[in-house]
Amino acid sequence: MNPFQYARADDAADALRRGAISGAAYLGGGTNLVDLMRETIARPDQLIDVTGLPATIAETDDGGLLIDAAVRNTALAEHPAVRMRYPVLSRAILAGASAQIRNMATVGGNLLQRTRCTYFYDAEGARCNKRTPGSGCDAREGFNRIHAVLGASDACVATHPSDMCVALAALDATVHVDGAEGQRTIPFADLHRLPGDQPDRDTVLRDGELITAIALPALPTGARSAYRKVRDRASYAFALVSVAAVLQLEGDRVVDVRIAFGGVAHKPWRATKAEAALRGQTITQQVVLDAAAAEFAEARPLRDNAFKPALVARTLAAVLTDLARGEAA
Amino acid sequence: MSLFVNGAQVPAPTDPRVSLLDHLREGLHLTGTKKGCNQGACGACTVLVDGERILSCLALAVQFDGRQITTIEGLASEEGLHPLQAAFIEHDGFQCGYCTPGQICSAIGMAAEAQRGVPSHVTDDLGGTITLTREEIQERMSGNLCRCGAHNGIVEAIQAVLVEGVPA
Ligand SMILES: Cc1cc2nc3c(=O)[nH]c(=O)nc-3n(C[C@H](O)[C@H](O)[C@H](O)COP(=O)(O)OP(=O)(O)OC[C@H]3O[C@@H](n4cnc5c(N)ncnc54)[C@H](O)[C@@H]3O)c2cc1C
Ligand code: FES
Ligand code: FES
Repeated sequence: MNPFQYARADDAADALRRGAISGAAYLGGGTNLVDLMRETIARPDQLIDVTGLPATIAETDDGGLLIDAAVRNTALAEHPAVRMRYPVLSRAILAGASAQIRNMATVGGNLLQRTRCTYFYDAEGARCNKRTPGSGCDAREGFNRIHAVLGASDACVATHPSDMCVALAALDATVHVDGAEGQRTIPFADLHRLPGDQPDRDTVLRDGELITAIALPALPTGARSAYRKVRDRASYAFALVSVAAVLQLEGDRVVDVRIAFGGVAHKPWRATKAEAALRGQTITQQVVLDAAAAEFAEARPLRDNAFKPALVARTLAAVLTDLARGEAA
Repeated sequence: MSLFVNGAQVPAPTDPRVSLLDHLREGLHLTGTKKGCNQGACGACTVLVDGERILSCLALAVQFDGRQITTIEGLASEEGLHPLQAAFIEHDGFQCGYCTPGQICSAIGMAAEAQRGVPSHVTDDLGGTITLTREEIQERMSGNLCRCGAHNGIVEAIQAVLVEGVPA
């Protein structure tokens, strides 16, 4: 690990002042950053601990929730309002990592954990444009079972690993950030980037910007939500693919549906084409498979991951038929 | 700057790079907490901070100024072993023993989580109370791997203490 100076921020203003220095990085639970620093893939020379910043979950005037960035993943998953009103979010968090890691991880850190793959970690043995821009990508022609099928580029085929972020994409969350140029809000779907020719940049955040909170809007009356994760072992494994969905029916017709996929792209993938195909329809297995096919029309599978579009389609069909029957939590 | 480890006040390391795990083992010579993977993947380094289970390998010791840390060395009392320690012996909850300190600290953290109603991935009703079934224990303990495959004994030991409440 490279040497660095450590400071604990008292409040957001203090964090921003310290974070404005080049080479500084914010530290949440450290479960991603400390690991990357140990591998010398991340080399900040100032760490600003932001776990002492406010960590509350508050009701908003429009019936939603405002979640501070320092809230731990466990605290968010167990919050009564999240369990009752946003089960997709509770479920997604509980499907991720392990209890120990969820106790450490913060909301801000979960959002900004690196989009990554095993080649990104292999600093000695592999080329990676995300780690060393311009060096090449060994994943494209390598073992790429876990990699992206949508929105990838020649430069990078890594996927964003978060479960929580897939739920937040489906919930139309808003990210509150603060920085040298003042406060701004970013629609969740716009926070993470596709790799293009700059895969070293995972998000649209500017240098030194701090995530302060996430806002969840109220869900439409009667809407139900669920999360399903498919992985190589039953627990403590990253998603091969995952589906978050919010469904509102009138009779048996879809009035509103919001869908996001994990494990398919460089960012949590909001499936707007599938949503459009489903609006006004009655949920059946075939209707959902067709909607998923519309979303994956431009998929570009690699050697080992051609199974992903069909796996996502079947997972989506299972989630939506359960939600339509009122079965999933 | 100082931490409290098993009730005793101890200095934090001067180099902020030192993980809580290395500080416990190398700095304080409390070698009960084990280093398995050193990257968050095995749970051998699990300790309790203010009663919550965390991974000490991914934690920087300087982050824990003023916090109460409990390691396996802090569990037994003058009256004898902690009930979970005794149950692990009774139910063959280990073979080589390398994962055991992490398993036991993790189980103590898990008990507190279940008691305050934290659901898990396998909990059917997000609004209900938690019953620590075998399936629940397996899911909640999935962050602690055992290379020796002692999982059956581990789950039985935990069930005996936390569910049946049988003091060993
Ligand atoms: C073994 C293992 C298994 C895992 N499995 C899963 C899984 O199955 N599913 C899943 O979703 N995740 C999984 N994870 C990832 C885990 O969820 C993340 O590491 C965690 O959420 C990161 O949160 P943190 O607070 O520890 O972030 P940190 O490591 O502290 O920070 C991550 C990044 O965010 C930045 N940052 C932190 N807070 C802020 C802020 N407020 N504003 C701006 N920048 C900030 C940091 O500078 C850093 O770049 C796993 C991790 C491990 C180690
Ligand atoms: S040593 Fe910490 S999780 Fe393996
Ligand atoms: S007893 Fe050997 S690793 Fe668990």
